[in-house]
Amino acid sequence: MIRLARGLGALLALTLPFWLANPYFLHVVIMAGIFGVLALSLNLLLGYTGQLSLGHAAFFGIGAYTSALLTLRLEWSFWLALPGAVALTALAGWLIGRLALKLRGAYFVLVTISFAGVISLVSVNWMELTNGPLGLPGVPAPELGPWSLRAKSAYYYLVLAGVALSYLVCARLVGSRIGRAFLALRENEPLAESVGVDVTHYLVLAAVVSAGLAGLAGGLYAHYTRFVSPEVFLFTYTVTMVVMVVAGGKGTLAGPLVGALLFTALPEALRLATSWQWQMLAYGVLLVLLVFFLPRGIVPALAAWRARRAS
Amino acid sequence: MAGSASVVTLAVRDLAVQFGGVAALGGVSFEVSPGTITSVIGPNGAGKTTAFNAITGYLRPARGEITWDGAPLTGLRPSAIARRGVVRTFQKTSVFPSLSVADNVTIGLHLRATAGFLDVVLGRRRIRDEERRLAADAEAIIAFVGLAHRRREIASALPYGEQRLVELAVALAAHPRLLLLDEPGAGMTSGEKDVVSELIRKIRGRGITVLLVEHDMRMVMGISDIVIVLNHGRVIAEGAPADIRTHPDVIRAYLGTTGDRA
Amino acid sequence: MEQLLQHLVNGLVLGGTYALLGIGLTLIFGLMNVVNFAHGEFYTLGAYAAFAALALGGVDFVVAVLAAIGAGALLGALCERVLLRPLRAESIDTTMLVMIGVWIAMQNGELLVWGGVAKSIPHPFPTAPLVLGPVSIAPLRVFVLVLAAGLIAASYLLIHRTKLGRAMRATFQDRDTAALMGVRISRIHTATFAFGSALAAAAGALLGPVFLAYPSMGDLAALKAFCVVILGGLGNLPGATLGGLLLGIAEELGAGYVSSGYRDAVGFVIIILVLLLRPSGLFAREERIG
Repeated sequence: MIRLARGLGALLALTLPFWLANPYFLHVVIMAGIFGVLALSLNLLLGYTGQLSLGHAAFFGIGAYTSALLTLRLEWSFWLALPGAVALTALAGWLIGRLALKLRGAYFVLVTISFAGVISLVSVNWMELTNGPLGLPGVPAPELGPWSLRAKSAYYYLVLAGVALSYLVCARLVGSRIGRAFLALRENEPLAESVGVDVTHYLVLAAVVSAGLAGLAGGLYAHYTRFVSPEVFLFTYTVTMVVMVVAGGKGTLAGPLVGALLFTALPEALRLATSWQWQMLAYGVLLVLLVFFLPRGIVPALAAWRARRAS
Repeated sequence: MAGSASVVTLAVRDLAVQFGGVAALGGVSFEVSPGTITSVIGPNGAGKTTAFNAITGYLRPARGEITWDGAPLTGLRPSAIARRGVVRTFQKTSVFPSLSVADNVTIGLHLRATAGFLDVVLGRRRIRDEERRLAADAEAIIAFVGLAHRRREIASALPYGEQRLVELAVALAAHPRLLLLDEPGAGMTSGEKDVVSELIRKIRGRGITVLLVEHDMRMVMGISDIVIVLNHGRVIAEGAPADIRTHPDVIRAYLGTTGDRA
Repeated sequence: MEQLLQHLVNGLVLGGTYALLGIGLTLIFGLMNVVNFAHGEFYTLGAYAAFAALALGGVDFVVAVLAAIGAGALLGALCERVLLRPLRAESIDTTMLVMIGVWIAMQNGELLVWGGVAKSIPHPFPTAPLVLGPVSIAPLRVFVLVLAAGLIAASYLLIHRTKLGRAMRATFQDRDTAALMGVRISRIHTATFAFGSALAAAAGALLGPVFLAYPSMGDLAALKAFCVVILGGLGNLPGATLGGLLLGIAEELGAGYVSSGYRDAVGFVIIILVLLLRPSGLFAREERIG
């Protein structure tokens, strides 16, 4: 049953541009994919190690700026610039991980927020590098041999590959000794230490991988919208990621993707009905309601429902 | 019993711990002989758990030296101490609450696996073999503590006594050569305590040295090879259970005539 | 030298309101164990309440500040009763997520009510600065500093001289013992949250006329409040007061001597540095309240 659903899902994903030619819908799906990578990335920290990062927009933004600047200023190929962006954000994640080693809970949150705040101010003020508030226009679309991936249907496959890769990395980590160490940190840190889990090492590792994935999403975003400005550091992005992960189900693999799809499509549907402010207001209310009524998220709730029906 | 050639000993010398200027341990020295069950007893506030915390790296001692197998443990992180074969349990029940018993024990096997980041992300075949081996090891340990029928259940949903067994299984999974048990019988029925006592004997039978803090005198006297008595942060007596029972200082400490604290 | 004095005076004015923000947050954080990310929204609320009272109601400035304090206390109490009380047994992460939700909802609610354009809040003070030797200061700022100092003093009195304050201190030290001794913990929580929110609203009403009122003004205010709490240590009132003044002065100096673009980075950098070097706060001897 599950296998059939998975196969069907994969088939739908692989053929999507052929039956969903409408560019607007494709755009929504592409954004859902980029947010899917972001949600997977945040989930690695929030869902598995139990540490909430509210600075994830910083990693997203660093990825976007790095990839854009490498192609614009150094004229690197997209295919080199994107890994470069991932590497640099992973390095930023390492830095934050090292800095926040001993901090947990609210203090971890504050360090990540502050980091994002500093980075965002740098992006506005370091005119020579970032062009300040005006941003960087004309980020090139990726090319594959003689083809440009400018068309939405082509870019869709690039994003799909990004999502698949991120999912694979998360799935393999989670099912391994490393993922178990993440969980041990979330569940009971002193006990984890007592059986030889070097908790800080794994927290740094989680931060590095999480940041790297957010950087990947940033790079994919930059070459898709082909414009990067300090807006990529908006706190709204971080909040959206949190809502996606919490709603979908933190600490599950499918949860963040379900959340990303839902919370990209939903605002787009709402956009026709209401203004952006109402949407954000609804986001806030929804987050509160989720905590009260669906604290573990959609995917775990569905799993529990299935288990009840089966027994 | 302690006659093996390699003298793998835990030696604690002049260990002192201070909490905000108050001495919780005031220069304690003792040794634990290999292959024994050694118990540390003493009235509440005598510094037993404090000593455990200092030995396993959860507390930084004010002074003193802790050596294991001839090498110092002082200043190492708990995980590094565990890597050297010194593993402890906690006074209050301590499991990975929302994970299954099997997952709890598999986390305990952390040091017996080698998978690094690249191995995992690249999905190397070696890793799959290792995971199979870990699963089998976990099964065996769960069976050893008698929880085979519970292995898929969520740890925090188990009754108290069984959670303590999960804790023991997690510690055993870490492959200790010295196992420190902090009140393994606390809050248990006498039937459960007998089960735990038997398990501790079986653990010694596997060549694991056991250092134990326990309040239940029947349990302590029943399973210990050596008993160390702490009072007011100092060792006041040390010896075989039979000698300790009749030791005048020990009797005085427990009757509370030497101290102002119960 | 003259410039330095000027920066110090400006820093004190800012710092006084930061201290108000910080005292409110440190009480909520320390006593209720709630990371109140919506704290800045009560600051915004205060600014808009003052705007409504002054521009639309045409009342006296002091009355406007009082109106803001009342609005903050009322909404704070409501927030605690409806959202936080049912979640008291939950983990700190759960309430944190709820408060993030409240933050977003309140901010966008304000955006809907007042629009995105910044509003300048009218005030009755002359714009010509008072010149005292090398230092010049707008009369409004003098008033802000005096009122902030008055409110800080009132907070001290409340914590140290009233029955409510004594119950709050007891709850902070040991909730269970306080409950055994007859302290109604639920009431203390409501009072604490209302009090903290009222102080934030007061800060907004005071600083709003100095700068401008706009819906996202609370974001930075919240971070500054956190910075003050971290500087001062959890539940530490003198620490929060000192931390607030220090942050205000540091920002003025940073903006004056480094770059005005990085004014708001000062708080962030302080948060990071203090958490790394002294996680228990710069002035913390031990955790305490009062």
